[in-house]
Amino acid sequence: MSETATPPAKKRPEFRNINAFTDLPTYRLPAAGWVSILHRVSGVMMFALMPFIIWMFDTSISSEISFTRFTNAFSVGMLGLPGFIWKLLALGLIWAYLHHFTAGLRHLWMDISHKAVELQFGKSSAKVVLTISLTLTALLGAKLFGLY
Amino acid sequence: MSVNYGSKRIVVGAHYGLRDWLSQRVTAAVMAIFTIVLLAQLLLSKGPIGYDKWSGIFASQAMKTLTFAVILCLLWHVWVGMRDVFMDYVKPVAVRLSLQVFTIVWLVACSGWAVQVLWRF
Repeated sequence: MSETATPPAKKRPEFRNINAFTDLPTYRLPAAGWVSILHRVSGVMMFALMPFIIWMFDTSISSEISFTRFTNAFSVGMLGLPGFIWKLLALGLIWAYLHHFTAGLRHLWMDISHKAVELQFGKSSAKVVLTISLTLTALLGAKLFGLY
Repeated sequence: MSVNYGSKRIVVGAHYGLRDWLSQRVTAAVMAIFTIVLLAQLLLSKGPIGYDKWSGIFASQAMKTLTFAVILCLLWHVWVGMRDVFMDYVKPVAVRLSLQVFTIVWLVACSGWAVQVLWRF
């Protein structure tokens, strides 16, 4: 063992077991990391809300009477909840679908092209995915809430 | 298909999980095509979309068949995805198995409902 003249480098934090409440909020993710975790979050969201999705398919398509029930849920409300809550839920699903769809296309592209798995493409395409999904969500959300 | 049971069963090594990976990609591609077909019909229609136009999109046998294929693809795709999530975050075997059983029941029930809706109207 030999002593070195330079002082030891500042100890970096070691993560042996990440605590979701203390470590995750301070953990800085790159754009590709956000796309990745949000791909999971959006997928699980759509899985959990699947009955609501099929309910929308059912009521919107079965008959004209049920179609009115479908639109009323978002204007008047349903199950004691006002219409805007249901609109927010639908907007959540719109975001989830758009994100999952665009991030999924990025995945498919990376599976096909060897050039697409380079670091620079990973960074830039992740930003493109976030921009497209968030812009379209904002546009459709504005439409849903009658801003234009 | 080669023998994959008994003493010949492959439980580790390369290519294990390739089928899941590939089926998730193929089902994703089918659903992406469906999304584009549906969006094209919605964007190319003129005027506000009421009940007649909306249900008209799903009226043809071709669209019903495509939608049916998409429901099956969704079932398979979500099963692979949710299993991945459980394998990553849920370590106790009993909890993981229960969640997987719940997922199968949830997905089969949901697809049954969706298929019923599709051919009822």
